[in-house]
Formats: sequence, structure tokens, C-alpha cells
Amino acid sequence: MSYPSSGRQSGSDASQRTGSPGTPAFRAPGEPATRPDGTVPAPVSSAPVAVSAPSPSETDVSPEGPAKTILSAADIARVVDRIAHQILEKTSGAADTILLGVPTRGVPLAHRLAERIHTFEGVTVPVGALDVTLYRDDLRLRGARALGRTELPPGGIDGRRVILIDDVLFSGRTVRAALDALGDLGRPSVVQLAVLVDRGHRELPIRADYVGKNIPTALAENVRVALTETDGVDEVRLLGGVR
Amino acid sequence: MTTYVIKGARILGGQKKDLLIRDGVVAEIGTGLSAAGAQVVDADGLVALPGLVDLHTHLREPGREDAETVETGSRSAALGGYTAVCAMANTSPVADTAGVVEQVWRLGREAGLVDVQPIGAVTVGLAGEQLAELGAMADSAARVRIFSDDGNCVADPRLMRRALEYVKAFDGVVAQHAEEPRLTSGAQMHEGEVAARLGMTGWPAVAEESIIARDVLLAEHVGARLHVCHVSTAGSVEILRWAKGRGIRVTAEVTPHHLLLTDERATSYDPVFKVNPPLRTATDVAALRAALVEGVIDIVATDHAPHAVEDKECEWAYARPGMLGLETALSIVLDVVGDELGWDGIAERMSRTPARIAGLTGHGLEPAAGAPANLTLVDPAARWTVDPAGLASRSRNTPYAAMTLPGRVVATFLHGEPTVLDGKAVK
Amino acid sequence: MIRHLLSAADLDAGTATMVLDTAAEMAALADREVKKLPTLRGRTVVNLFYEDSTRTRISFEAAAKRLSADVINFSAKGSSVSKGESLKDTALTLQAMGADAVVIRHSASGAPHRLANWIDGTVVNAGDGTHEHPTQALLDAYTMRSRLGRLAGLNVAIVGDVLHSRVARSNVLLLHTLGAKVTLIAPPTLLPVGVDAWPAETSYHLDSVLPDADVVMMLRVQRERMDQAYFPSAREYSRRYGLDVARMRRLPEHAIVMHPGPMNRGMEITPEVADSPRSTIVEQVANGVSVRMAVLYLLLGGKA
Repeated sequence: MSYPSSGRQSGSDASQRTGSPGTPAFRAPGEPATRPDGTVPAPVSSAPVAVSAPSPSETDVSPEGPAKTILSAADIARVVDRIAHQILEKTSGAADTILLGVPTRGVPLAHRLAERIHTFEGVTVPVGALDVTLYRDDLRLRGARALGRTELPPGGIDGRRVILIDDVLFSGRTVRAALDALGDLGRPSVVQLAVLVDRGHRELPIRADYVGKNIPTALAENVRVALTETDGVDEVRLLGGVR
Repeated sequence: MTTYVIKGARILGGQKKDLLIRDGVVAEIGTGLSAAGAQVVDADGLVALPGLVDLHTHLREPGREDAETVETGSRSAALGGYTAVCAMANTSPVADTAGVVEQVWRLGREAGLVDVQPIGAVTVGLAGEQLAELGAMADSAARVRIFSDDGNCVADPRLMRRALEYVKAFDGVVAQHAEEPRLTSGAQMHEGEVAARLGMTGWPAVAEESIIARDVLLAEHVGARLHVCHVSTAGSVEILRWAKGRGIRVTAEVTPHHLLLTDERATSYDPVFKVNPPLRTATDVAALRAALVEGVIDIVATDHAPHAVEDKECEWAYARPGMLGLETALSIVLDVVGDELGWDGIAERMSRTPARIAGLTGHGLEPAAGAPANLTLVDPAARWTVDPAGLASRSRNTPYAAMTLPGRVVATFLHGEPTVLDGKAVK
Repeated sequence: MIRHLLSAADLDAGTATMVLDTAAEMAALADREVKKLPTLRGRTVVNLFYEDSTRTRISFEAAAKRLSADVINFSAKGSSVSKGESLKDTALTLQAMGADAVVIRHSASGAPHRLANWIDGTVVNAGDGTHEHPTQALLDAYTMRSRLGRLAGLNVAIVGDVLHSRVARSNVLLLHTLGAKVTLIAPPTLLPVGVDAWPAETSYHLDSVLPDADVVMMLRVQRERMDQAYFPSAREYSRRYGLDVARMRRLPEHAIVMHPGPMNRGMEITPEVADSPRSTIVEQVANGVSVRMAVLYLLLGGKA
């Protein structure tokens, strides 16, 4: 003889409404399922803000195939130094210039560049952060995610030279979103772009003013940038896709 | 009339026997029976029960023929193994005059699928203010013996006392819908943890229990019969046990849904689970089952309450209370207390006692030589899955959709003629 | 991925925190010259209001518009609703119009749950009967976190007509999820039977709770409850359960006073308290827009 009301119908209406238990309600940043950046279905990371950190235990053969280190910690330091010099050169000593990092890894890069510029010339360049999530054109493909911080230096961006800093330049869609976001925040006199890695495959007419390293890649490959501030290690690796 | 030989049926679950049915009565019971020109019904392994009697059915006619008619409700009843149903008075117009009860009674005879015994209203228009013409209904062709304002409680204690007294003149009984209306204003579901969580106004158990306590004392005082509709709480069971212990002439019914479902069902906000009295807690359900087995609660009655789609496909608060019950009642009872009751216990609680309370002398009788052939054949091994669209009722508001239940009515005979054969209504 | 926000219980701690964090970013928008984001461009949000609630409707409308969604206001007055169209038929109409989200306010508890069965889009509960009001609880939690810096470990006193309060139900669930300790204070008649099962303490005495409270949330008490014998008189109610200056002085220095509005000044709260620096009542309104933007973004922003 059965007990009242128990287990006669599979699942209550409530549980059907609220989704299956254990499913995260919203996707977290960098979660693998959110990776394809408007280029579905290829499992390619093109979204600098969403590149996830390699775990310390990861070997040279990742689940995504063989991995190759493209830039070591020392390479990254040299590249940052070079971009800092180029910025000083092209901006007449970084006068009236601010650096806006695109979260996640663009922000520590911006701080490193500012620190190098200060070391080289004694100039203090204001640094800020510009989150572009709400301006992305691929939200419907990727799932809603947590927002990064947007912090503008005191004085804002009006009439100043803004250099956007990002880790990887790929389709150009992140930069497009960043330009839209800037337009809503003010009117810079000039906008430039600095990236650690340019891996090609642009989908929009966008180019970088400062490039740390050009890396020719196949679409199926995946560029992973790790920085000490966010990932505990400085390293850029190329993960082989399906070969 | 056709003669039938039912082969191999187990009366109340006993030895296999053949039943010869002729001229509306069971002519002979034995083995190897045959008769010239008889139609043979293979009942090998089926259990024969006296035709079930429902003391509490809403047939909705006259007034809401879109939800149910006497004919569709009768067909539902026959498929559920019933040979008689008592039709509640809350129709439109209300069955509070000899004219309306005779109309329902006549419609029942025309449908010819079960004996429809109308119940008369206690008060004019169910308004609880003035006694209806109880004697006229009793003297009418419908021979009304049960009076009820079901849907409403006869809340006024003086009026209740008078009704109990008055119907003694024709051995009538008042069937009370026990609900103190001042305690259930705006009530949506059982008052308790689930209602608190769901933000719905509660229907407290005490609103039922206080009326039952009052009514058994009134019945004792005036020496009348009282029947309590759809008992739903553990506290009501205690009061009934006390009253019966004192020798008060009270009988009580419980519905299949109160024997199975709890208030947790409301969590879906699906009004198919809205009913009055409301679904209660697991503790109440356990107490009701025990009381039915013990006999403190005398019978199972369906409170079959068909409602049109628009009265259920809406917000919970706006939905009408009630559930279908006729086609599923026997299966639910088998499921929840079948082992404890046995076939004889089921016959007692679903046929003999309700027939006695209603004064239906042709029903609730063992299939025995000379008895009216009102019986039903049940396949105890069958299991079936409830499909609302497959029910014969005009409405779809069954709370058991998609449940798989034991026991299937294969055939029902009313006055010696089949109303159901091979699990299908014959007309 | 949750599709609907029907109850505060739909949110686990991680999700709720994400809503509050997202709301904090959305709040920054208020200081910008361009107070608009392109995020929900091309999406349609319907405000389906069966009850008058101008403040909640405007808050949702502002939130949707700041995210560039198209907003359709569908109110019971002057529409087919008042001509007796059923909720289901209305749902089918909205479905046919391509509503991506329906924000529903309804006097019947559970109406949003019913609606969610009938449409493909997202349903956001903007208050259903005496059941829940999850976005109110989110904005209350956001306000507490902004003022006091945290939620975990806070002592929150919710005072008043708990029985009929959707705000109280949602707040109890959400605050419990986020680690705050809730005490419900009301006359026994205004606490539901079954409240013992809630993750909250209960008390009949306001004065004993105040010295340890970090937050006091006053609920609106309708004078009509008096006619149903929930309490003898408005004056006796305010004497025992109203928040006046004398009572406010018993609160710790840092404690804040909240009210979901609209207030019955002089009934559950005196004007001096409502207008004091401890009061967050105006902030709550501003925070409402940010929190509803966060909810709409997280429910609609990512759906394919």
C-alpha cells in the first residue's frame, strides 16, 4: 500500500519549472561551454576575456590536443617592455593618454604597461578597466555571464587618448564591443589598441596599433594566455585543435 | 430480456462460480451452468462484487451540462463499477423542490446506466436560511431520503437541528458538508506549512471538526440520523469515534482523493488539486485510511465533481474546487487499503453500507439466487494508466492523470442488463 | 540555466550573489551620461500588471529600457483583461506577439507559475498575491549589502503583517540562502500557521529584538485587517509594533531601517523614522532598477 502523494507522478511541477537540480543557473565567466565566440561550432577560444587558466598540473598534452608554449615568462616581459616603448614613441611620451584594460587579462596587462612606462620615463599613465560584456553581439550564443568591472580613471575619457589593452586579438568583435562601450562613456580624442598576441582570423575591419607577437594559427587552434596576476604564471600557449 | 451466464466469477473473491442472470435477478449460482439462448460472459478469475453505490456524486444537470450531464455522469459511474449514485442538489436550479428532483430522477431512468437517486437540498437555494420542502421531495417520484446542502454547510445550528428533527418523519438523513464558513472565508487549501509557504489562505481543520462536533451532539439531542460528507482530518475521526462510542446515529464518508493525496500537491499551483474540503497532510491521510479500515468511517464516496476546462485552467484562487472520482474510485481504494479491507470489506464500504444509508433496497446485495442482478466484475490483476482524455466524464479534472492504478472494472450489470462489457460502456 | 524567476527559492547562493554583483555594475550606469546599454536590443519585455503598482511597473520598465529592450505595458485597466479574458488566453496572445519575457504582477498567489506553463518565454514574478516578490527581496538584499558591506551573519528583523506579505516570504528565503539570520516580529494573528517550518525565528515582541538588529524591515499593514479582527485598532497596532523614534534609538548605531513601500506613515512607521538617515527607503527604489536590470540581463541576455 503506497504512501500518500509520494512518487506517483514523476517530478513535481515545481522542479520542472526551475530546471534540473545541479545545473548552474547562469554560466560563470570562462566556463568552457561559453567559449565559441560567434564562430560556432568550432571550439576555438577567441574571447580574450573568457580564456580560462591552465591549471598548474596541466601537462603538454591537454584534453584539447598537444600544447606548445609560444611565449615564456621572459618573452612576455620583453614584449611588454617593447609595447611600452612603442606607446611612448607614438604618443609623444604618453601625454594625455589613459590605458583601459579589457577584463579579465587586459587589466593586469594595462597595469604592467603603465608600470613600465613609469620606469622608463617617470610618467604616470592613468589606468582603468572597460568591461564590454553588455555590448557583445554574441550574448545569445554564449549564455549570460557575470560582468567584469568598468572603472574609468578620474577625469574620464573625454578629449583624451585612450589605448585599449587586451590579451588576444582574434575576430575583432571584442574590440568592436569596446568601441561601442567607449562611445557611451564619452568622446576620446583618439582610440588605439594594444594586444599581447594577434592570432589573425579577423571578422571585422579592425587592426591593432601595438602588437606583442603575431601568431599565425589555424581556426581550430586555441591561444591560451596566462598571467601571474590571474593565473599564477606568465605563459602563452597554443593548444592544437583537431588535427 | 436477454439471459446471461457469467462463467467463472469469484463472488467477493471466493471460489469460481457461474451466475445465471434472467429477468433482472440472479436466477441461479453454481458450476457448469448454461441456458438456452443465453449470452455467455467469460469472467474467469474476475471478482464479482455487488454493484457499487456512490452516496456523493455531482452530475451537474440541470445547469452545467457543459461539465457533466446525468447521462455522461451515469456512464462514468457504470465504468467505475457503480449501479447507483446519489446526485447532489447543488445544480442550477438547485434541487430544492419536488420538480427538480423528479427531473433528475427521470433523466437517470432515461439514461439507464445506473440508478440515479437524487439528493434534496436542506435549505431553499442552498442559502442556509429557510428549510426547503423536504417532505414534498420525500413524497415525490424520486423518493428523496438524503438531504444535503453540499458545497455549503448548514451552518446555522438552529436550522441544522430542525432539519435533523424534521426528516425523522420519513426516515431521512441530513448529509452535512462540515465547514464553519466564518473560519474558511477566502480559503484556498489546507491551513498548514504548505499554505504558509505558498501564500494561500488556509482552510483550517478545526472548521470541519467544530461542525462535526456540534452536529453529532445535535443528532444525539434530537435522536436523529446524521451523515458526515467527505471527512478529511484526523481530528474529525476522533470526534466520530467518540460519537459512535456514545451510540449516536452518525455515519461518515471519505473520498478516494483524501485517502491518497496530500496538500503538497498544491505546490504546483495546478487547480486540478483544488478541492473542498482541501487535501490535507500525510498524518490526516494515514488517520483516514485507518478509520476506514476500522469502520469509524463507514463508506467511501467519490464527491465526483466535474468542472469545465475554463474553471480549472486558470489561477488557483479563481478555480472551482472539485475532482472527478467515479471511474477511479475502486482502483484508488484497492491501492491504498485493498489488502486491509479485502473484497468483503470493499463491498461493505462501497456498496452495502452506502445502499443502506441511502435506503436503496435493490442495491448493496450479495449476488445470490433471487437477488436483483446489480453487480460488477473486477479484474484484480489488471493495472491501468489514467488518461484524462479517455474518461467517459464530460470533464477532464482528474488528479490522477498518468498514474498507474490496480484493478479494472470489466463488466457492470444493472437490473440484469450489462451497462459495461469488456471494460466498455454498452451505450 | 533558470528560465524563470518565480520564487526567491529559485536562486541558490551563487546565483543570488551573481545577481547582486551584476546589479552593482548596472548601478554605475546611473552616473553616466548615456544611461542605456544595447544588451537586450530586439528583445520584447511585457509588463503584465493585473494589480495597480505604478512603482514596480515603472522600475521594471526603466530596467528593460536601459537595456534597450522593447517594452509593452499590458495593464488590467482598459484592456481585454477587464473584459474577462482568462490568464491563459492572455498568455497565448503574448506568446503570439513574441514576448521574450513577461513580468507579471497578479493578485492570485501562483499566477506566475501558471503563466510559466503556458508560454515559452521567461516569466518574472513581480509580486503574486500573498506569495512572493523575489525582485523586491533581491533589491532589499542589495541595499543591505551596500549599506552594511555584507549579508552573511546579519540580524534582520522583519516586522508586521507577515501573514499577507509576499515581501516577507521572499526575503526570508533569500536572506537565509545568503546567510543572514531573520527574525519575524508580528502579533500572533499576523504570523501564518506553519511559520515554524520557515528558516526564520519568530517573536511577538519588537522591543526585545531591536538591540541586536542590524536591519529592521517594516512591512505595510493595511487598516482593513482591523475589520477582520487581526488586531483591535490601528492605535494599538502602532503602539506595539510601530517603529517610532524612541524605538529607533534602541537600535545599534549602524542599523538601518527599510520599508518596501508604499508606507502607512503613522501606522507602522513614524515620519521622523521614515525620513531619518537610517532609512533606506529612497535608496531601495533606486536600487530596484539596478537589480531588475541584472535579473533581466541574466535571464534574457544569454538565451539562444
